[in-house]
Amino acid sequence: MGRFLLPLAGFALLAVLLGIGLTLDPREVPSPLIDKPAPDFTLPQLHDAEQTIGTADMRGEVWLLNVWASWCVACRQEHPYLVELGKRDLLPMVGLNYKDKRNDALGWLRNFENPYNVSASDLDGRVGIDWGVYGVPETFIIDKRGTIRMKHIGPLTPKVIEQELLPLVEQLQGEAA
Amino acid sequence: MIPELGHFALILALCAAIVQAIFPLVGAQRGIASWINVTRPAAQLQFLMLAISYACLTHAFIVHDFSVLYVANTSNSQLPLLYRISGVWGAHEGSLLLWALILALWTAAVCWFSRGVPKAMVARVIGVMGLISIGFLLFILLTSNPFERLFPVPPDGRDLNPLLQDPGLAIHPPMLYLGYVGFSVAFAFAIAALLSGKLDSAWARWMRPWTNIAWMFLTIGIALGSWWAYYELGWGGWWFWDPVENASFMPWIVGTALIHSLAATEKRGAFKSWTVLLAVLAFSLSLLGTFLVRSGVLTSVHAFATDPARGVFILGFLVVVIGGSLVLYALRGPKIISTGGYGWVSREAGLLFNNVLLVVVCATILLGTLYPLALDALGMGKISVGPPYFNSVFVPLTVPLALMVGVGALARWKKDNLIGILRRLGWAAGLSLLGAFTLPYAMGEFDWSAALGIGLGLWVALGTAQGFIERLRHRKNKLAALGQLPGAFWGMSVAHLGIAMFAVGVALTSVYSVEKDLRMAPNEQYEIDEYRFTFEGVKQVMGPNYRASRGFVRVDNLDGAPVTELHSEKRIYLVQSNAMTEAGIDAGFTRDLYVALGEPLGGGSWSLRLYHKPFVRWIWYGSALMALGGLIAASDRRYRQFARRAARERGDHAAVTA
Repeated sequence: MGRFLLPLAGFALLAVLLGIGLTLDPREVPSPLIDKPAPDFTLPQLHDAEQTIGTADMRGEVWLLNVWASWCVACRQEHPYLVELGKRDLLPMVGLNYKDKRNDALGWLRNFENPYNVSASDLDGRVGIDWGVYGVPETFIIDKRGTIRMKHIGPLTPKVIEQELLPLVEQLQGEAA
Repeated sequence: MIPELGHFALILALCAAIVQAIFPLVGAQRGIASWINVTRPAAQLQFLMLAISYACLTHAFIVHDFSVLYVANTSNSQLPLLYRISGVWGAHEGSLLLWALILALWTAAVCWFSRGVPKAMVARVIGVMGLISIGFLLFILLTSNPFERLFPVPPDGRDLNPLLQDPGLAIHPPMLYLGYVGFSVAFAFAIAALLSGKLDSAWARWMRPWTNIAWMFLTIGIALGSWWAYYELGWGGWWFWDPVENASFMPWIVGTALIHSLAATEKRGAFKSWTVLLAVLAFSLSLLGTFLVRSGVLTSVHAFATDPARGVFILGFLVVVIGGSLVLYALRGPKIISTGGYGWVSREAGLLFNNVLLVVVCATILLGTLYPLALDALGMGKISVGPPYFNSVFVPLTVPLALMVGVGALARWKKDNLIGILRRLGWAAGLSLLGAFTLPYAMGEFDWSAALGIGLGLWVALGTAQGFIERLRHRKNKLAALGQLPGAFWGMSVAHLGIAMFAVGVALTSVYSVEKDLRMAPNEQYEIDEYRFTFEGVKQVMGPNYRASRGFVRVDNLDGAPVTELHSEKRIYLVQSNAMTEAGIDAGFTRDLYVALGEPLGGGSWSLRLYHKPFVRWIWYGSALMALGGLIAASDRRYRQFARRAARERGDHAAVTA
């Protein structure tokens, strides 16, 4: 009867594997940029193209970079949470407006409220490439020394904000520059 | 109101499924005739209820009832009627309902077309299918109710995924499901045989046509998916070894093995326990495919609707169904006795060899598909296994398989001699080698892969021809004799010719395709092989629910004779603002010309992808022949005659045998 048990044993192994698989999130891709210096950029600001914003301007602060676009449906999903986070004024929030049209982007912020302290306008998506963006939205947390400490792919949820993002920010703000 | 009716019908279907599972199974085991008689009415009631439920959901789509959450998520007021009907299975909830409906349809079909099968056997088969149905209906009702309401009612829906707004993909899921779910019949027959211990050639004969038809649908479904990927994804590939593609390919491979093993079981009483195991595996892999697609365990381009919470339910279901049947197999399997010895050179040995190879192929694909998951589960990081792995393991395994196709079908049952077979096939071997070393030159230059593909294709085709020659050799009126050959033989031959065509198509396309990524200004020209492509510029057009940039490309021969005019579109679907590419294709028997419009590069220039793909269509012609072969084999007169005779002999008062 031994060999008739083999298929069952194989399946049992598979079932355990699939069970573990369920607890993992395939979208949780480690970013090679974690704990690496944030790539430098200087981009025109969305609201005022005469002025620029870039990595250097944020040195010495724990800040959030959120990659968004007006054409991105998932961004609309996370938007209320960003607005709420912005109102709590815990850290500077920079938007990276990715492969978008200026007017569409400005209209979108007017319609849905602007959670960002400032938005950088990455019209051709080059900065996005430097930062390893491969889907919008993505969110980064950068520490006072300019090192990327967290990357979240996909829309932020209240759970991610409360349980991952904010504890990390609190810890980072306690660190020396 | 109508959506509630649909919901109610769905609940009634679950009740019917419970009756359909319990009474026939217990009745058959205990020999209670009145319980067995519940089988057909319960199965038909379940089918009726699911049909009503499905019709209600379709109605909600057609009349734009956005108060139904599922409709609001997957439809839109601008969506054309065809895609509102196909949109029913455009996302998770509806595709599960379709799955359940198709299962009920197969169940009802077993009721209708198995008059010649003993009632107790039918009762067990239908009962097992009822058990599966219970699982799926519970899954729908508890985690994925398609009739859930939405309040306040949104003014418009979020539209169907633009990827799915295509006629080819509209019928791809139903075909695939007909195949997946169709294997549940073979599965149920296998379980019924384990339960009753009755595993004879009659059992195999009842099971064969069902398996063939399910396999045919799965073949069509996979081929449609591949064809769709070819013209819709815009990069000209036809198979990507994507986890979801693999999920449909694995049951196909095991199903293929099952079809062949069933032949040996029916004709010679051989491989009985192996056949049972294959039937269990084919359906288990179908369920596993559903799990992989629906649970979000693997990421892929197909991840349309994923939800880990649902994954837990499906995993539990898998454990019950597959685990349960394998336990039964472990308990009852040792009692199955295969009769009919055979020699090392015989049809049986050939089929065994084919089976082993197919199962190994399936195992390597399963390994490649689950390997990333396994590494991740062990905390060893994320990797993805791609075409390099699959191509390097798949191709070497298919070569002996193809070599065997030519030989195996010619070998006699029980015992044959190798020298004799080789002598009969000497001419075929010679011609295949000749073709392999000359025909590639007709394509331009010699290439070993092309030679291999052509050689194998010829070998299979000529081996099949030899089969016809031997059957007609001693007949006077050859044409009439051709018509009298059994459907099973015709089906096998047609399917094997399909394999030949497929092999040639794959080899030539992968070797001789030319593809160019170009930046082209209006009226710029580019030459590929014997064709001159002229980019004629881009126009803006409006579709029903999208706007598009349509690029025009004229193709001429090098001497200036016009060949065709191709249009490729870059569509922006307005509701979800998704960009989609519609490739422009000039299809031909020996080559496709293919244009995909890329991005605007300023100054009227665009990036364009131009392809010349020789013999690519043979891949789908070959698949179509395989499917046709399955159909012909299933319609063999033998199955019907046997059914009629059995019914006559037993009369209508069949004794219940437990």
